[in-house]
Amino acid sequence: MEKPAGSNPSDWVDRHGDYLFRYAMLRLRDRSTAEDLVQETFLAAFKDRASFSGNSSEATWLVGILKHKIADHFRRQAREAPLEDGDLREQSDPSPFDGSGHWAKGPTDWGGNPADLYREKKFLDQLTKCLSGLSPNHANAFTLREIEGEDTREICKVLNISETNLWVILHRARMQLRRCLETHWFNKSTGEES
Amino acid sequence: MFSCKDVTRLVSESMDHSLPLGKRIGVRVHLLMCKFCARYERQLIVIREAVRHLAATVEKPGETLSEEAKERIRKSLRNP
Repeated sequence: MEKPAGSNPSDWVDRHGDYLFRYAMLRLRDRSTAEDLVQETFLAAFKDRASFSGNSSEATWLVGILKHKIADHFRRQAREAPLEDGDLREQSDPSPFDGSGHWAKGPTDWGGNPADLYREKKFLDQLTKCLSGLSPNHANAFTLREIEGEDTREICKVLNISETNLWVILHRARMQLRRCLETHWFNKSTGEES
Repeated sequence: MFSCKDVTRLVSESMDHSLPLGKRIGVRVHLLMCKFCARYERQLIVIREAVRHLAATVEKPGETLSEEAKERIRKSLRNP
């Protein structure tokens, strides 16, 4: 019999566990769900370990399995908590626009150099927090689009919604994230640092 | 003419698929004249880039599985 290409499954948790966990956490925003899906990933990989060819790295192979588990989870969530009117309302409260559709209060100047921002861990932590503040339907759609980079047709299949609804949801999610970052990062006066 | 409210929606939509020519031109013309909407578009692009950087952080050390979870998973792999 041919020797399997990958490492011994008993080493998997130590080799790949934390990486897979971080990968899942970013997308699921919930510790226990992330742990469960990492466990399911290892078990599925174990049952199917003969399929690992060694053409890709073992980590890449495992992430591929985890990605499917995450999409399945989103599918399940979409079935259990379908879209509500609130998810599709075009503007959150309070609307940033006046009655004629002009900015009531425009976006503030964020200043600085975005390239520096991306390296700042505290900023990325704040972004994670803002992402967690979205409703699950909004956060899942945004995650599939911006973190996974899926195209909209694929996302509509996973979430079982129309493209028009998806565009509304992504618009709402971006608008809310923008406002959250503005409030909790850019407009935070230096006096109230915590 | 598009309002700012319309333009913010269309700017977001244009990040997901390409808009029909008429809308695309309407949005561009508005953005040339409207400081706030132009800023809004730039900030959405900053957010998109920031999310890419955030996604790359999973490659680096950071949060870890709890010891309990690791032990539970090791056990399940021993008796699958």
